[in-house]
Amino acid sequence: MRSLWAIGLALLAGSAQATLTDVTLDNGMRVIVKEDHRAPVMVSQVWYRAGSMDEFNGTTGAAHVLEHMMFKGTKDVPPGEFSKRIAAAGGRENAFTSRDHTAYFQQMQKDRLELAMQLEADRMANLVISDALFAKEIQVVMEERRLRTDDQAQSVVYERLMAAAYQAHPYRRPIIGWMDDLQNMTAQDARDWYARWYAPNNATLVVAGDVKADAVIALARRYFGALPARPLPARKPQAEPAQVGQKRIVVKAPAQLPYLLMAWHAPSLKDWEQDTKPYALQILAGVLSGNDSARLQKSLVKTQQIAVNASAGYDAVARGPALFMIDATLAPGKSVAALEKAIRRELQRIQHDGISESELARVKAQVIAADVYQRDSLFYQAMQLGEYVTAGLPPEALARRVEKLRAVTAQEVQAAAQQWLQDDRLSVAELDPQALKPQPRRAVPGVRHAN
Amino acid sequence: MPIKTFFFALFLGLPLSAQAALVIQHWQTPQGARVLFVESHELPMLDISVDFPAGSARDPAGKAGLAQLTHGMLDQGAGGLSDTAIAHRLADVGAVLAGNFDRDRASATLRTLTSAAERTAALDVLARVLQQPDFPQAVIKREQQRLIAAIREAEADPGTVADKAFYRALYGTHPYAHDESGDPAAIGRLTRGDLQAFYRTHYSAPNAVISLMGDITRAEAGAIAERLAGGLSGAAPVPALPKPALAAASDTRIAHPSTQSHVRVGAVGMARNDPDFFPLFVGNYVLGGGGFDSRLMREVRDKRGYAYSAYSYFMPMREAGPFQLGLQTKLEQTDDALKVARETVRQFIADGPSEAELTQAKSNLTGGFPLRIDSNRKILDYLAVIGFYQLPLDYLDTWVDRVNAVDVAAVKQAFARRIDPDQLVTVVVGRAGGAR
Repeated sequence: MRSLWAIGLALLAGSAQATLTDVTLDNGMRVIVKEDHRAPVMVSQVWYRAGSMDEFNGTTGAAHVLEHMMFKGTKDVPPGEFSKRIAAAGGRENAFTSRDHTAYFQQMQKDRLELAMQLEADRMANLVISDALFAKEIQVVMEERRLRTDDQAQSVVYERLMAAAYQAHPYRRPIIGWMDDLQNMTAQDARDWYARWYAPNNATLVVAGDVKADAVIALARRYFGALPARPLPARKPQAEPAQVGQKRIVVKAPAQLPYLLMAWHAPSLKDWEQDTKPYALQILAGVLSGNDSARLQKSLVKTQQIAVNASAGYDAVARGPALFMIDATLAPGKSVAALEKAIRRELQRIQHDGISESELARVKAQVIAADVYQRDSLFYQAMQLGEYVTAGLPPEALARRVEKLRAVTAQEVQAAAQQWLQDDRLSVAELDPQALKPQPRRAVPGVRHAN
Repeated sequence: MPIKTFFFALFLGLPLSAQAALVIQHWQTPQGARVLFVESHELPMLDISVDFPAGSARDPAGKAGLAQLTHGMLDQGAGGLSDTAIAHRLADVGAVLAGNFDRDRASATLRTLTSAAERTAALDVLARVLQQPDFPQAVIKREQQRLIAAIREAEADPGTVADKAFYRALYGTHPYAHDESGDPAAIGRLTRGDLQAFYRTHYSAPNAVISLMGDITRAEAGAIAERLAGGLSGAAPVPALPKPALAAASDTRIAHPSTQSHVRVGAVGMARNDPDFFPLFVGNYVLGGGGFDSRLMREVRDKRGYAYSAYSYFMPMREAGPFQLGLQTKLEQTDDALKVARETVRQFIADGPSEAELTQAKSNLTGGFPLRIDSNRKILDYLAVIGFYQLPLDYLDTWVDRVNAVDVAAVKQAFARRIDPDQLVTVVVGRAGGAR
C-alpha cells in the first residue's frame, strides 16, 4: 500500500496560481511541488540532508567532494554524460553544498522534467566512484579552495572566525574542508559518505514551475519511488557549550584594508509558530543595514566615515545554531579599535534607546515588497523551500514568514539586541593586512610561445 | 533502468520551440529618449532601467574614474533630498534602486511595487536622481575616498589584477584600456565641476534608453517615460568611440602573493552588432562557453585537474570587446595549464568544432532559450541591451533561428577572421617568472 498525503497551501493573497503540494513517498522521500505558470520552464532540485555539519574530523570537505563526484558517472551513465544529456536538452545544471545540505538542480523547459528526474534517481543509487577520476577531481577541489578561500583575505577571516566562535559544534569546520584533509582524502572516503547519506529517505525533491503537481508526483514515484529506503546513521546534536567570555583572533593575510568581523551566538528558528526571537533578530539586521542609509551605513560610512562598508546579517533558517554578524571594512587612516568602538556604540544605542516606529515600518515595507519580488525567480522560490524543509521547518513556516515578521514590535527588537548582542556571546576577528609586495610587471611585447 | 530507450523517446517527441512571443513596444519620447516596453500583469511590480552611454570609455583624458564617480553620485543627494532621505524614501515603499556600470553603459534600475502609493513615491525618487543630482561637495569627497579604497582593496585580488592588466594589454591607448573604476590619482583630482559637466553631456534625453517591464499599461508606460525624459538635458548624442586596433602578441607577468596564478589569454573580439555574432557565440560554446560541455573545461579540468574554472567568452560591446580565455591554477603548474589552454584554442581555430559538437551546442542554446526570458528581470536586461545597442526589435524572436543557422564552416571562418593564435595577449598574475 502506498501512503500518500498531500496538503495544498494557498500562499499569500495575490498569488492564487502559486499552490504548493507536499507529499512523502513510501520510501520516505519528500516531494514538494510549487506550480508557477508564468513561463514554460521548471526547476528541479534534489536536496540531501547531509552537509559539512555531518562530517568527521580528518575528512572535512567530504560532502562537497562527493558533490563533485556525483557528476562522474554511474553504472549506466558514463562519466560526463549526466551534464551532456542535460545540456543537449537545453538545460542548465549544477549543485551546491552547504553546512546543512547538498543540493543538485536542473533548470529546463517544462516538458523535460522526466529526464532530470530519471538521471537524478539513477545517481542517487548507482554512483560509481573510480580511483582515477577521484584523483583528478580532488585536485580540482583543492584549486577551488585556493580560489575561493586561500587567496581571498575576507574568506580566510570568515573561516577562522567560524573555527573560533564554535568549539564543539561542527559548524566550526569549513564547508570546502581543511586543505590537509583534502590532501589526505581518498576515493573510499567519498564512497563512505555516499553510502551513509544518499538514500531517498534522506532527500527532498523540490520542483517549481509550469508543471502539474499530479504529473510531477507520478514521475517521482516512478523514478525515485523505486529506490529502497535505507537506515540512516543517528545524528548527535553536538550542541555548542555556552560561551564563557569574549573571543578575539587576528588573521594576517595579503590585503590592503583592515576588516572586522563580529559574530554573536544567537538562536535559529526551531518552533516557527512559537519562537519570536529569530524574527526580531531579522528585523534588527534590517534596522542596522537594510538600506543604504540604515544605522550602520549612516553612522559609520556616511557620518563618521570610519568605514568604507558595513553590514549586519542574520540567517534564522538552519539545522544548527545561528550567529548574528556584523562586518566592516576600515576607511584608510582610521583605527580598527575606533571602528569596533563605533559599531558597539550603535548597538548600545539600540539596547538603551530602542528603535523608532518609522525604522520598524521601513524594514517591514522592505520585507513585504521583497516577498513579491522573489516571485520573479523560480529558482529562488524552490531554493527557499529546500532550505526550510532541510532545516526541519515546514513549507507553512515559509508561507507565513511575512506575517510573523510583521508582528514584531519595536520592544521585541530592543529586547533581542539586549539579550543576544552581549560580549560573552561575541567572537571578533580582525584582518591584519600584509603587504602585497608588488614587483614591477614584466611586459614582453611580441614574445612568441612555442606551443 | 532502461535509460537508452527513455532518451530516445524523449527527444523525438518534443517541439523545440516553446517560446511565447514577447511583444516589445517601442517609441521615442518628445525629448528624444528611446523607450522599450513589455506589458506583463502577472506580478504586481514594475522594473525600469534607464541606460546612458556614460561608461568608463567616456572618461576624458586624465580623468579616469569620472564616469564611475558621476554614476555613483546620482543617488547620493538629488532634487534637494539628501542621500539619507533618498535611501529612506525608497526603503519606506520597498523599492530597490540600483545601477549597472561598465565600459559602455551607465544605468539606473528601479524595482517597485505597482500599488499607487508605492509606485508614485519610487518614481519620484528615480526622476530626481536622474534629473537633478545635486553632487554635494562633502559627499563627493566621501565617495572619492570610498572609490579609491575599493580600488586599493581590489589590488589584493589576483583575478581583478589580471583582468585590469588584460584590458590594458589588449587595448593600449583605446578608451576600453583603462579600468572601469578609474585611477586613484585622477579620482583624487576630480572636482564638482567635472562631475556636473560629465553629467550634462552624457545623461541627456537623446542619449537615454528607457526600458520598462511589468504591471502597467502602455499609456502608463508612455507617461512614465515622458516624465523621466522630461527633466533631462537635450545634449546631443555622444560621438562614436574609436575602433580598437588589433593587439599584437604580448606576455605580461605580475608577481602576486597568491597561491594560484590567474591566467588570461585573448584578443580583440567582436562588437555587439557584428555580423559574425552568432557563429562566434555558438562556436565559443564548444570552445569554452558551454561549461562542462566545452573543450577547455574538458582539457583543463576534467582530464588534468588543473583548475576549478576554465572558460572562454566573447564580450560584445559597442566597439569590439574582448575575446577572453581564463583559468586559475596553483603556481607550480601555471605554465603547464597555460600550454594546454593555448593548444586547445589553437586546435579549435585550426579545425573548428566537429558536427557533433556543434549539434550539441545548438541543442543546448536553442533548447535553453526559454530560460533566457523566464523572468521580468531577465526580460528587462534584454530590453536594455536591445535598446542601448540598437539591435532589431525582433532580436529575441529570431534568436533561435539564427543559432540554428550556424554551421561548422561559419564558425571556422568567423574564428579564423578574429583570432590569430600567434597574436594572443597573455597575462599571468601570481607566478611572475618561468615563461617558456
